[in-house]
Amino acid sequence: MSTAATPAAQAPRPPLNWKAIDEDPRFQTLHSKKVTFLTSLMVFSLIYYFLLPIGAAYFTDLFKIKVYGVVNVGILFALSQFIVAWGIAFYYTAKAKKFDAMAAELVRDADKIGR
Amino acid sequence: MDKKRVLLIAAGALALPLIAMPALAQGAVADQWKWLTFLVFGAIIAVTMYVTFVAAKRVKTAADFYAAGGGVSGLQNGWAIAGDYLSAASFLGIAGLISLYGYDGFMYSVGWLVAYITVLLVIAEPCRNIGKYTLSDILAYRNDPKKARIVGAISTITVSTFYLTAQMVGAGVLIKTLIGIDYEVSVMTVGVLMLAYVLFGGMVATTWVQIIKAILLVAASILMVIMVWSQYGFFGDFLTNVVGDAKVQARVATLIGDKATNLSATQLGQIFLEPGLFLKVPLDQISLGMALVFGTAGMPHILMRFFTVPTAQAARTSVNWAMAIIGGFYVLTLFLGMGAAMKVGAPAIAGIDPGGNMANPLLAQALGGGPDSLGGNLFMAFVSAVAFATIVAVVAGLVLAAASAMAHDLYVGVIRKEHVTPQEQVKAARIATIFVGAMAIVIGISAKGQNVAHLVALAFAVASSANFPCVLLTLFWKRCNTGGIVLGMIVGTVAAIGLVMVSPNLTYPKAVKAAAQKVVDGAPARMAPITEALASGDAAKIAKAERDKAAVDKAVAAAKANLEKFKGDDTSIMGLEKPLFELRNPGLISIPLGFLAVILGSLLYRDKRSEDMWDELYVRQTTGILAAKATAH
Repeated sequence: MSTAATPAAQAPRPPLNWKAIDEDPRFQTLHSKKVTFLTSLMVFSLIYYFLLPIGAAYFTDLFKIKVYGVVNVGILFALSQFIVAWGIAFYYTAKAKKFDAMAAELVRDADKIGR
Repeated sequence: MDKKRVLLIAAGALALPLIAMPALAQGAVADQWKWLTFLVFGAIIAVTMYVTFVAAKRVKTAADFYAAGGGVSGLQNGWAIAGDYLSAASFLGIAGLISLYGYDGFMYSVGWLVAYITVLLVIAEPCRNIGKYTLSDILAYRNDPKKARIVGAISTITVSTFYLTAQMVGAGVLIKTLIGIDYEVSVMTVGVLMLAYVLFGGMVATTWVQIIKAILLVAASILMVIMVWSQYGFFGDFLTNVVGDAKVQARVATLIGDKATNLSATQLGQIFLEPGLFLKVPLDQISLGMALVFGTAGMPHILMRFFTVPTAQAARTSVNWAMAIIGGFYVLTLFLGMGAAMKVGAPAIAGIDPGGNMANPLLAQALGGGPDSLGGNLFMAFVSAVAFATIVAVVAGLVLAAASAMAHDLYVGVIRKEHVTPQEQVKAARIATIFVGAMAIVIGISAKGQNVAHLVALAFAVASSANFPCVLLTLFWKRCNTGGIVLGMIVGTVAAIGLVMVSPNLTYPKAVKAAAQKVVDGAPARMAPITEALASGDAAKIAKAERDKAAVDKAVAAAKANLEKFKGDDTSIMGLEKPLFELRNPGLISIPLGFLAVILGSLLYRDKRSEDMWDELYVRQTTGILAAKATAH
């Protein structure tokens, strides 16, 4: 619940110094690493996904090439979308655990920063 | 008291279809097997009602009602997200598309999974860290609370109403097609059931109904796919069988018409595994992909699910589970759809419903032993009941989202300015639920016979063009402020709806009449060889000619009906003779417009609160400071 909604629960504690936490070098490192990571992963996933409708529409001949038996590039590429999506989720989750550890330190010290 | 009420509603919901029994029309399930379908339906309703009854005792506060008290685990929430997301359109619609059009149908399903990458990366955890019950809570955190709540609530209600209408009309049509219950009775049954879940059990019951439904859906799909594999082989062999199947080859030949003449049977079958049979406008595909990938992250009922888990880590776990379930399900649809194309065949599937929605139930019937066997009908009844549970679970989530926007954002937040007792909050939530539920039933019944397929696309278009830019930039852009989100919500919503209103989604009488006139004018030419064949004396030729004659008569009758229907009417409801905007999905234009509006609005407007609150919001959404306490109650 937000601070505004449960004043009673927050009352005994002095409000946190958000500006100071924001300026804390540990937060700045976490912020820049996280934003860079999220942006690049997001851009990669979007490019990979949109290759499917673009490829199916404009590179039809490529999609029709048979790889083995009746299985063609199009089928394999569509299935690879699932593998890649799960891979991104897996990679993100592994990386997010590192961010969690960095954040945990800030959560622990939040009361002390800036005073 | 509550127990009595729950039982009454359950009895009522069970009684509705039974009262309608004498009025049963023909459906996909044969008359002598309908009792079986009702039995399975009844069992599912009984289980979900029991869950609601147990849940009702746990719902005491607004936090329980809207967010299940934050006590849902990551795994449970993952299943509930899947249950919320895999609508009848996925279970029946996509398998149907694959059964009728092959590769294009499968390609269509990919975007629905990829959408969750956006949710996982930029939405789930930040929203869990700073949010409370609704989409507007996120917007109101740093922006002017009153304005943010009003625009957020309006957009939530708009998106949910579009989606809800599509689901209600879909439910009516589907249940009628399956077992022949009257449309109105079907809509009311779904409405009353959903109302019972949400009204008494709030988010707790809704979550469990969604979990149960997701498990049933996945179990039914896995069972069917195993049966399909045992008959047609696994991946490579399966696809070889698809290519070599006479029904598939005939279907492709019908679809590509004259181009089929010089192709061998295997070449025809191979085309089923290639793009191009269904999706003809590439830009429309890309536009739809954008709406899915960004719209899912802006869906109020999906966002709401992240407030039911205790921590950002649990939110992350739940998206991972949801992606595993949803992705696994869509991979299975490839085998379900193509299995139905071989086992049932396109003519039988499209014969009952041209959209292909009956592919899965018919496949189940065929796998179980055919239309006259107990096994076949039991399996079909099970799959139909799963489809029914699917609709009810999705509708419950939508009603909860719309009701929370009305009660929590508009009534408690704006009208009462947060000065309400906990009892009043829950009461407001329940009254709003009754209102939204009643509205859904009324809209569902009054929209009978309307083409509502584009409403789902419209819901995603508004969510991706208005909600997503506002939420994303509020969370990640320092300069974003009240001016930005108000302008973004307005421009995104208006652009998405406006573009659909002038798109080919609407009916354009002039074009319809021109096509109908062509059919009527061309009929004599088509009839000439048929008349000749009828007079030929060859029994086989005569039989074929009679079938052809019936088809021509039917087409002419339909064309004449259209000419009559649109007599003296040349324009669409927007007063247009032809579409101004050629794409069915507006995302390609409306999403960039939405982002642009948030940016422009923010730059042109000054808002001290938005600036002052930035440090707090950004630190909290990134680190989760104070978030753990959110559930300590």
